[in-house]
Amino acid sequence: MMQVSNTIKTLLQLLILCFSLQSFALSDAEPKGTVSSKEQVDAYILHHLKDSHDFHLFSYSNDAGERKHVGFPLPVILWSSNGLATFMSSEFHHDDNGQVIVESNGSKFVKLHSKIYELNAGASSVNFDEDHHATNAQKVLDFSITKSVVGVLLVGLLMLLAFSSLAKQYGKKKIPTGFGRVLEPLVLYVRDEIARPNIGEKHYRKFTGYLLTVFFFIWVLNLLGLTPFGFNVTGQIAVTACLAIFTLIIYTVSGNKDYWMHILWMPGVPVFVRPILAVIELAGAFIIKPFSLLVRLFANISAGHIVIMSLIAIMFTLKESLGVAGATGLSLVLSFFILLIEVLVAFLQAYIFTTLSALFIGMAVAEHDHDHHHDEAGHEVADTEDVRADFI
Amino acid sequence: MEVLLNDFSPGLFIVQTILLLGLIFLMVKFAWKPILNSLNEREAGIEEALSAADKARTDMQNLQADNEKMLQEARAEREAMLKEAREIKEKMIADSKEQAKLEGDKMLKQAQTAIESEKKAAVADIKNQVAELSVAIAEKVLKEDLSSNDKQLKLVDTMLSDIKLN
Repeated sequence: MMQVSNTIKTLLQLLILCFSLQSFALSDAEPKGTVSSKEQVDAYILHHLKDSHDFHLFSYSNDAGERKHVGFPLPVILWSSNGLATFMSSEFHHDDNGQVIVESNGSKFVKLHSKIYELNAGASSVNFDEDHHATNAQKVLDFSITKSVVGVLLVGLLMLLAFSSLAKQYGKKKIPTGFGRVLEPLVLYVRDEIARPNIGEKHYRKFTGYLLTVFFFIWVLNLLGLTPFGFNVTGQIAVTACLAIFTLIIYTVSGNKDYWMHILWMPGVPVFVRPILAVIELAGAFIIKPFSLLVRLFANISAGHIVIMSLIAIMFTLKESLGVAGATGLSLVLSFFILLIEVLVAFLQAYIFTTLSALFIGMAVAEHDHDHHHDEAGHEVADTEDVRADFI
Repeated sequence: MEVLLNDFSPGLFIVQTILLLGLIFLMVKFAWKPILNSLNEREAGIEEALSAADKARTDMQNLQADNEKMLQEARAEREAMLKEAREIKEKMIADSKEQAKLEGDKMLKQAQTAIESEKKAAVADIKNQVAELSVAIAEKVLKEDLSSNDKQLKLVDTMLSDIKLN
């Protein structure tokens, strides 16, 4: 009981922290701030969508007109031409235009549009071409603990804590209490509504662990993206690509003979069509399916962030035409409703990603012991599984 | 597309892959396996309990049906016994009635014959007495002086009253 009340207290504190931070974030949009014109808003939104090397909470201008940033630096870990280089992101001094050069392990690094470049040997400053691309610097492999990595670690830790405590509860009692009572139906939901119907009674157990992990990982990260901390983890294409490739590997590895037969040498189709269909099927299995997974999640979450930030920006972009109160009111009302929708989308995208993963796995492990029905001409009559696959 | 590719960070991809692998491993080991096992166990327990309850119910129903059947049988037996008893009773009554009638008839006949014979004896007795009386009267009449009519009548009266007294 004590533990539960402590958990609730912590959550409340977190919530209060969120709101207080939000008020700071809003004060950032005061007229004297630097983000006020349409171009600055666009740049700010695009900047937010990208991963960031430091944990920026808010900025303000002090009495002297200086721009102050509040947040904390994160470690930068790079694999450069001279080997591993590590330093704190604060060494860039919030520069994002390649002006500040950091020397580490014998290499010179600059940060340009949230990416870290290594200057070519002998160069002392970055040269740009007309498109503002660096001409004398190369991208490096960047293993930094970026904001997204922090988000992933945070969510992973939260998941581990929450669900291992739920797992421990079962040792003592049959029915969980406290927060476990909230988590159990969610676990049951994923198992009974996503894994079991899509994969099938016989095989679902093996994949439920993966599906549960992915579901809660995406859902919590999506929700975290809606807090004013400004995480955009599931809007990072590298993250969604990683998730999609995990699903791809799982259904490719666990695909049975029927699955590969249906891809490479499908029965019930004229022989000369089979190679052509095989190319299409292969493309579907290895490119289209994972691509649809990664782009759907990435695009939905990015779009949600763009819309919410744009609606918040109404507050100062429409200030001239609507007045301060009008613009603020409109912005608050619209962004509030979109935020509600985004809460739904956060769940929906986690659900869709998990369901499609389960479906793809289910198609790969489906046993065709029920035999496809063949009509008089020997053609296959599509069964529900195939029909379902056509809709994806 | 170019922007997307430019935004794709291979470093983040690698870090994410490692973290996700670790997360899946840890979650499966410390959370999902125990949770799902307990859930399955609990579901199996519930199913078992339900089927046990079902079985108990059918057992109960069978028992009840048996009871009902036994009760029915007992009732039928009782009915049969009562019927039999009634029949026996009726038969006994009829039999005894018959016997009583026969006995009565027999006794009546005996009584009648007894009465008849008594009557006969009485009549014979009367006949004897009448004869004796007649003789005695005649004797007396002969002994008396039959001088006057009045005396004669008087004599007859006394004699008759004598007889009555007798």
